[in-house]
Amino acid sequence: MAEQQIKGYQTGTFVVGNRLLDPEQRSTQARTERSNTLTSGHRACQGCGEALGARYTLDAAMRATDGNLVACNATGCLEVFSTPYPESSWQLPWVHSLFGNAPAVAAGVAAALKAKGREDIRVVGQAGDGGTVDIGFGCLSGMFERNDDVLFVCYDNEGYMNTGVQRSGATPPAARTANTKPVGPEPGNVFGQGKNVPMIAMAHEIPYVATATVAEPRDLERKVERAMELRGARYIHVFVPCPLGWGAASKDTIRLARLVKETGVFPVFAAEDGEVTEVSKIRRHVPVTEYLKLQRRYAHLFKPEVNTEVIERLQAGADRNIRRFDLLATDEGADFPGEATDQAGELHDESGTPPAPDADSNTTMLLKETHGNPR
Amino acid sequence: MEKPFAITLDVGSSLANKTGSWRTERAVYTDRLPPCNHGCPAGENIQQWLYDAEEGGEGYERAWRQIMLDNPFPAIMGRVCYHPCETACNRAELDEAVGINSVERFLGDEGIGQGWTVEAPPGRTGKRVLIVGAGPSGLSAAYFLARMGHEVTIREAGPMAGGMMRFGIPKYRLPRDVLDAEVQRILDLGVELELDSKVEDVVEAGRDGEFDATFLAIGAQVGKRAYIPAGSAAHMLDAVSMLHDMETGEKPLLGRRVAIYGGGNTAMDAARTARRLGAEEAVVVYRRTREQMPAHETEVEEAEEEGVMMRWLSTIKQAGDGRLVLEKMELDESGFPQPTGEFDELESDALVLALGQECDLSLVEAADDIEVEDGVVAVGPDMMTGRPGVFAGGDMVPAERSVTIAIGHGKKAARNIDGYLRGEPFVHPPVPEIATFETLNPWYYADAPRTHRPKLDAVRRQDSFDEVVVGFDESNALFEARRCMSCGNCFSCDNCFGVCPDNAVLKLDDPNERYRIDLDFCKGCGICVAECPSGAIQMFPEQI
Repeated sequence: MAEQQIKGYQTGTFVVGNRLLDPEQRSTQARTERSNTLTSGHRACQGCGEALGARYTLDAAMRATDGNLVACNATGCLEVFSTPYPESSWQLPWVHSLFGNAPAVAAGVAAALKAKGREDIRVVGQAGDGGTVDIGFGCLSGMFERNDDVLFVCYDNEGYMNTGVQRSGATPPAARTANTKPVGPEPGNVFGQGKNVPMIAMAHEIPYVATATVAEPRDLERKVERAMELRGARYIHVFVPCPLGWGAASKDTIRLARLVKETGVFPVFAAEDGEVTEVSKIRRHVPVTEYLKLQRRYAHLFKPEVNTEVIERLQAGADRNIRRFDLLATDEGADFPGEATDQAGELHDESGTPPAPDADSNTTMLLKETHGNPR
Repeated sequence: MEKPFAITLDVGSSLANKTGSWRTERAVYTDRLPPCNHGCPAGENIQQWLYDAEEGGEGYERAWRQIMLDNPFPAIMGRVCYHPCETACNRAELDEAVGINSVERFLGDEGIGQGWTVEAPPGRTGKRVLIVGAGPSGLSAAYFLARMGHEVTIREAGPMAGGMMRFGIPKYRLPRDVLDAEVQRILDLGVELELDSKVEDVVEAGRDGEFDATFLAIGAQVGKRAYIPAGSAAHMLDAVSMLHDMETGEKPLLGRRVAIYGGGNTAMDAARTARRLGAEEAVVVYRRTREQMPAHETEVEEAEEEGVMMRWLSTIKQAGDGRLVLEKMELDESGFPQPTGEFDELESDALVLALGQECDLSLVEAADDIEVEDGVVAVGPDMMTGRPGVFAGGDMVPAERSVTIAIGHGKKAARNIDGYLRGEPFVHPPVPEIATFETLNPWYYADAPRTHRPKLDAVRRQDSFDEVVVGFDESNALFEARRCMSCGNCFSCDNCFGVCPDNAVLKLDDPNERYRIDLDFCKGCGICVAECPSGAIQMFPEQI
């Protein structure tokens, strides 16, 4: 939780900006000069989490590379809503080829830049969960095992939303989609299927793997910056709620992304060379129902009567994540774990000490159980 | 331009696609009324001055000036105000209310220490206002009228200015150098103060047309009496005179054991003063329970810390030589105390009556058009009595009695007197809806437990009149200011600018308009509204 290191500033660093912080300590998204890599006029739905995640990620990458960046996009919502011929919302060099080959295209672009001696220009590959988890998965695994110099970003909205909300390998159990028993007595996706690409990426022992949500842009930005400090294959999995596909209110996009982490349903962590190096602790632990009940794709769990059996299975999955990733802060609810609660000393950060991640209090080494499915 | 194979159109930008047409609701930046401001009897814009103070450094002076727009006594307020703002504070739902009063005291003391001043406008109106009484209400009215450009004369019956702030509130709660400094700042605006000059008759005072308006603020200094059969040797005095004598005359002789009759703040002040004057036992006798005491909780606590003892559910039936006869009471079903017929004795060398105060309204007797009801002067919503041009406020009008309320009366009267003098009645601007806790997104506020002011050691509080509550230094004042959640008002956190999926929130870096919704592209998703920590954005339906 390096994002919360700056204390005594009213909202700390939970908000995007903070007028009380030194300009250097403000997030990329708080800057009027941010790249707006995905600019206005795109045709994403109201409250699209993916549009937000893509801008957060690429703006941070643009800042980290001084604008020397190329993006290679798979087919999917992000590609369709941003580039209806002849319009483009992209304010960086951007290429789209096919649904399944974005990691290979990105690896090729990186190879071409290397051949031209332009390794100062960095490459980002990006796709939704369909293009990453299912269709592009072979290319992605190849890119990882070759350790190609590409940051690949998956914007995970847990289904094929662009084609009408079908199940993907990232669709969670019990969620209703167009083709996971949309009707009938027991609708929703089955338990025990799907795959966890962050863990699979870690198994490739690539330099950097991280997860993030659009609810914590500072955490995401810092992870992108860290990824751009490294060379080789890197992977960031960003959780992006989909108001349309999940049957959620458009205003709740960030709330859902916050709740998915606070319930333990989606663990937020980072790993280097196959080992977990940091875990975002849960700040206000809540039961999974707080997350589920905002989404119509789970409505069948609550009406006509509450399906406690399925809800308990989902809760058990979240509890397992909490256990495996050690997601609960030792002092629950504390913003500054490991810190004494002496108030008098809390303002001294103001003297300009930059917020340094504290290795002892904010990271958790996860040496066991790195293989397996947290869902 | 030569185009590649199969390409017929130039590359365009999506900026041509005005997605604002999708919208059915629009986000609008609004200012709701923070509950602290709503609760302040002096109408301070607390959220705004905390916002200024949060910056530290030069922000403190801006914060102080913001207080001074509504209240001329920040350093006094930071000591004696019962801070209804903190009672109303939304932060209590999260951890504990913001220590607004502590920050105000810090700012007030900075103001005195740094010698910050305010000025009356160079253009004078030429109108003259007479103020009767130099208590908090009269001084407050004088301050605001002077800042509006009027000539003000205060006539005070007593030998010093300050009213109950000097003659009612003991030194250990309000050091006199602080009081003197803040009163002097008002006089420096050109306000004329005539001491020892009692106004006997309001009709007479207004006869020669010297003044265009009058504000009566004489307070309530007459201690209420209760009939208690007393032996000839019984030593009885009233709390108001006792506290008054502490300032002017001989220190009252009370003896070793003192009983105080009453349950209000004055009773607490009298008991704590008695302890400091050497009484080994100071016992407050009150006919109801602690929960029903009108005294403020902190006063009761501090009195108990200082060894003041309490006898709840007791009335005094008889006062004799060195002892009192008490009758035990019990509460009936409706919560009223009823006598039980059981009696008890309490040894006591002196009995101090603190049963409330009344006004000496002889100065309005000759004015038939000034209505007196239940011992106080009736005023309209504009603070004017039945007599044109004569206004009244403070303890002498029907209201709860506190320094802050009196100051608020002074400000309200000044605005209405100004309107009266200019022939344009003052109209209060519309009050926005209150920013309740439900309108906030509390996720964003960092956990920050409250810092409390330290207090003087209990031992030293038994024999000295040193100030009991110690003030904040800069670091904890700043910390406390930054606990403010800025309810209902933008505090430039950039969340709206950051969370818009359509880049449709523009950041303007203009203090008057910090952000603007770009209606060409806003799709009306409402994320900025949901994620605004302070509830300063609202959705309104589009007129379609």
